[in-house]
Parts: sequence; C-alpha cells; structure tokens
Amino acid sequence: MRAVRLGVSSLLLHKLRSFLTTLGVLFGVSSVIAMLAIAEGASVEAQEQIRQLGSSNVILRSVKPPEDKVSNQESRVLSYGLTHEDRARVAETYPGVKDVVAVLEVPEEVRFGSLSCRPRVLCVDPTYKEVTGRIMMEGRFLTGRDGQATASVCVLGYEVARYLFPFKPAIGERIKVGAEYFHVVGVMYPRVPIGSIKRDPGTEVGGEVFIPIKTGQRLFGERQVKIRSGGMDAQEVQLHEIIIAVEHDQDVPMIANASRLMLTDSHREKDYEVIVPLELLLRAQETKRIFSIVLASIAGISLLVGGIGIMNVMLATVTERTREIGIRRALGAKRHHIVTQFLVETVVLSGCGGVAGVVLGLIIPEIVEAAGDMRTIVTIQAPVLAFGISVATGVIFGLYPAWRAATMDPVEALRHE
Amino acid sequence: MSALPVDEPSGGVFVHPAQGGAEDTQTVAQLEGVSRVYSMGAEEVHALDDLSFSFGSGEYWAVMGSSGSGKSTLLNILGCIDRPTQGEYRVRGQAVSDLDDDELSELRSKELGFIFQSYNLIPQLNVLENILMPVLYQENPGEGIEERGRFLADRVGLGDRLTHRPTELSGGQQQRVAIARSLINDPALILADEATGNLDSKTAEEILELFDELHAEGKTILIVTHEPKVGERADRILRLKDGAIEGVEDNRR
Repeated sequence: MRAVRLGVSSLLLHKLRSFLTTLGVLFGVSSVIAMLAIAEGASVEAQEQIRQLGSSNVILRSVKPPEDKVSNQESRVLSYGLTHEDRARVAETYPGVKDVVAVLEVPEEVRFGSLSCRPRVLCVDPTYKEVTGRIMMEGRFLTGRDGQATASVCVLGYEVARYLFPFKPAIGERIKVGAEYFHVVGVMYPRVPIGSIKRDPGTEVGGEVFIPIKTGQRLFGERQVKIRSGGMDAQEVQLHEIIIAVEHDQDVPMIANASRLMLTDSHREKDYEVIVPLELLLRAQETKRIFSIVLASIAGISLLVGGIGIMNVMLATVTERTREIGIRRALGAKRHHIVTQFLVETVVLSGCGGVAGVVLGLIIPEIVEAAGDMRTIVTIQAPVLAFGISVATGVIFGLYPAWRAATMDPVEALRHE
Repeated sequence: MSALPVDEPSGGVFVHPAQGGAEDTQTVAQLEGVSRVYSMGAEEVHALDDLSFSFGSGEYWAVMGSSGSGKSTLLNILGCIDRPTQGEYRVRGQAVSDLDDDELSELRSKELGFIFQSYNLIPQLNVLENILMPVLYQENPGEGIEERGRFLADRVGLGDRLTHRPTELSGGQQQRVAIARSLINDPALILADEATGNLDSKTAEEILELFDELHAEGKTILIVTHEPKVGERADRILRLKDGAIEGVEDNRR
C-alpha cells in the first residue's frame, strides 16, 4: 500500500505526462468495451430477426429461374415455382410436421378512396400467424371460417393501415385489392425487415395485406400479370411460399434435407429455394464469432499501442530518475525494490487508464444507442476483460523499464546528472 | 557464519559502548590489498593500487587528496556500491566479496550511512520520509522507527519541518536531512562525500559542528574532502596520491 502511495506521488510530479500516458490505455479499454457492445447488439438483433422467421420452420420459396433458360420457352406465360402437389406431399408424407402454410402472392394494387399503394398482397392459410409468430395490433387474423367460405376479408400490415387510414381506425372499412373489395378485420404489427426478402421495385409503401388463400385463388387466379413499360409480363406461380412448421427443433435439418431432395426430384429446374432459419441462426452465430475475433484484434492492437506508450514514458522516466535510483540503491534498496517501485507506477498508470476506460466504454454504447439508433449490449465479461488486459499491459510493458532501472550500476547512477 | 554480524549492543539511540584508548577500538572497516582497476578500452586505469588500511570504531577520519587521487573510488568501495578488483574489504569482519547483490544492499542499509555533496534527497518525499527511507528497505524495520525518525529530525534541528519537501528547504537544511537519514540505522560507518562542498562557509561550519557532535557521541565518521580546513577538523587524515596512501596524520591534541 505504501508502494502504491509512493508510486502515485511520483506520477503526480508529472501530471500532464502521466495523464497523456493514461489516455492510450483509456482509449484502448473503452474501444474494446464499446466495440464488443456494438457487436453483441448487432448480433442479437440479427438473431432476433432470424427467430422471427421461426427457428423451427423450414421455408420453401419459389424463385424465378435464370433468364437465359426462360427465353427458350415457347409459352408467353412463364410458369415456375412450387406447386400444390409439393404442398400436399410435404403435408402428407413428412413425420414431425406440425403445420404447413401455403403463401400466394398476387401483384395487385391496394386502394382506399384516392389513396393507393402496392404492398405485398399475400394469400395465406389462417395458421400463418401462429407459424410465423406474428402479433396482432388490433382486430383478428384470418380464421378457418374465412378460408372455407372464401370470404372477402383482409388483415392489413401496420404500414399499409397507417398509409390508407392515417386518421381513423382501419377495422370495418372496405378497401379495394385489384378489382375486388375486402373488409378489413385486423391490423398486424410490422416485423423487422429481413435482408433476404426482396421487395418489388415500385412498392412505395412497404408492408403487407393478408387475404384468405382460397379467396385469393378464386378472385385473382395463379397467373400474375404485371404491366411494365415494355408491355405485359405474365407468369404463373401456384404457390410462392410453403412454410413448414416442425414439431421439434431437432427434426429441422432432416425435414430441410427431405424437402430439398423432394424438390430436386420433382422440379426440372431449380425454381425454388429452401430457407432454414435454424441454419441461418447458426451461420449468424458463426459470423458473430468471426466478428468478435476481428474486433478483439483491433482492440488488442490499440491496447498494444497504449502499452508501448507506457513503456516509452517509463523508459524516459527511468533515465530521468537515474540519480534517484542510484540514491535508493546506495541507501540499501535491493534490485527487487526498484523493480517493484517502477512496476507499481506502470500498473497505477494502466490501472487508472483501465478504470477511466471502463467508464467511457460504458458511456459510448449509450451514446451510440441514442444517436445512431443501434442496439448495443454490454455483457459483464467485456469490462472485466478489458480492465484485466489493461493491468496486464502495465505489468508487461513496465517490466523492461523496471529491469533497466534495477540493473543500473549504483556508482554510475549516482554520478548521473 | 551468519550473513551479517549482529549489531553492537545499543541501548539508547546515541549510546555507544564505552570506549577505551584508540589502540583497543574495534575494527569497523578493513581494507586488505585493495585495488580497483577500470578498463578504458585497451588502457587500464589503476584508481586504487594495493591499499591496506583499517578504521576503528568511534574514529573520525578525513580522506584527502587531489582530484584523481582515488578518493571517490575509495569511498565507493567503503560504501559497498563498488567492489575491489583485487583484495578484500571487510565491514565488521564480513568480507564483501562473499556477498551477492541483495546481501550487499542489506549491508548498506544496516551498516552504512551516506552523506553526499549534493544532498541527494528524493524530491517527491517529505523530510520525515526521506529520513526513514533506508529503513524501509529492510526486511524488518522494527518498532518505533518513526519515533526515531522524528527524534533525528529534531536532533539536526528540523523537527518542525517534517512534512516539507526537499525543494522547500535551504541547502544546509537539506544536508541536515541527509545527515539524519544517514543516522537512522545507527550505522557502523558514516561516509560523507564533500559534504560541505555546496554550502557557504557559515552553513558548512554548522554542518561540521554537527559532525563534531556526532563524533563526540561515538560515531565512526569518514569524510572525503579536498578542503584543508574541513580535513583539519577530523582526528586523523588519510592522504591519497595516485591511488596509494601518501601518508597518515594524527591531528589529535
């Protein structure tokens, strides 16, 4: 304790120099904590997005085949993608499947009064909400009765509801989808957009409108016609998506593989893709691991720089205090006393830098969160680790100057001016 | 043989065992054929050449000689911060060549007191801390060491400046602190290197009077100086020339 007090008083003799030396460690430590917090936040965010897809789901999705193959086809109507047959096969043959939800997307415009927009109009089974884990904001989702009766009801996504009904509740209103009228029965919370879902160009308002799949098939059919600047573009897709809800998570890879095999057999072209959120989740975790290693390296380098700064200053201090070392040695200080004295000073320097760095490192994520609208998570390990490393830096980079001081010849040291 | 001889019995702070005539004093420091050779490239410089001498307890010596005569080298060897190239140096019977660096440090902190020309106080420590410094490097500083520090500060007339820093003191005051520091261990031998060299004549006289008092109390003192006036204060003068003893004078009346 005495040694610490003496070290501090020596450091206070050169306040500015000690402060500047501490800065190196301070920034090193705070950047470690802040970067880890940002990385952790981003990773948790990504994992949540994937979980929204449903970690126990396997998603089969229609994909338009590459253009060069398309041009060979004689028919002017491009036909591709998942079929009702695929859906029936999945539903009937796989064990462990809890539910199968089919999704058909129709390229219709949605209108209310003079307002119109082009959200994704999804024709879905009533279990869609449960399988994807979506949450209603108000009203109800489609029910089985809507499906059987091919009722003209719809559920709006939050964005669409806000756009079409900025000043009044949407429920009970009648909107026009394409040429047909639908009753709004519910509004659903939006979900965080996910990178892999492509939005068609020209969709000014994002969001979704859900209608019962039977109603959709009856009213709009399976042939989607898009009017483009060069003419018409017609394509025929029976189902855009088949979402398979699996009973147990451990069956997910098996069912994903079975689906891939089944689709390879039954489709001549690769006009589908199989998305497994669980696999995405694992990949996201792997990405996070690599990200963390990269960040840790960067932070490590900044701490290294801080450590070299400490060493530099301590070497200067040792030279400057050669005479003091000589006096202490002449008056009976052993080598280890001198080593301890200088090590205490470096550890005090790096320790102070560490503490200040932890404080700053806890503040930075708050600022990033407030200003950058990014999620950050400070885990308990980050500050502990960063502080530990800063103290270790002090010891490691203090050793050489301390050793230099201790091995000086007392006679030479006393003669030093 | 124990690493260090047991200290002389010392009841009070300044009490010294009763002294007989100069002839039966105990030997404190003994040099036997000591040489110190520096190699400057190809050249060899004999700073000390086959020096044999001994200092008895309670004696007051002055080492004199022109610059280059080997005074400083002798002082460094006597102070155990340098070792002889040849020959043997004993402090209270303990041969220095048998000791490793740590044991030598221990010997310095227990048996020797240093007083330098430029005081050499530690600037970041206050007066009391400077006085106590040699003790704090010992394994067991012992009880009441702080009392002793205060007592010594009082003794050299700085009892009311314990918390002052060296920079807040005059040269004479700093040298008094250094003297108090050299006494903290009740050393076998006090070594003073041109202790009055940086002081004006009045302050120097005060310091020399302090040495006289310490001598009267029975301390063994060796001062290195080139000033005849300072040397004359000592009981005996050892004159050095070219690393060898030129002569020994006895000033005692």
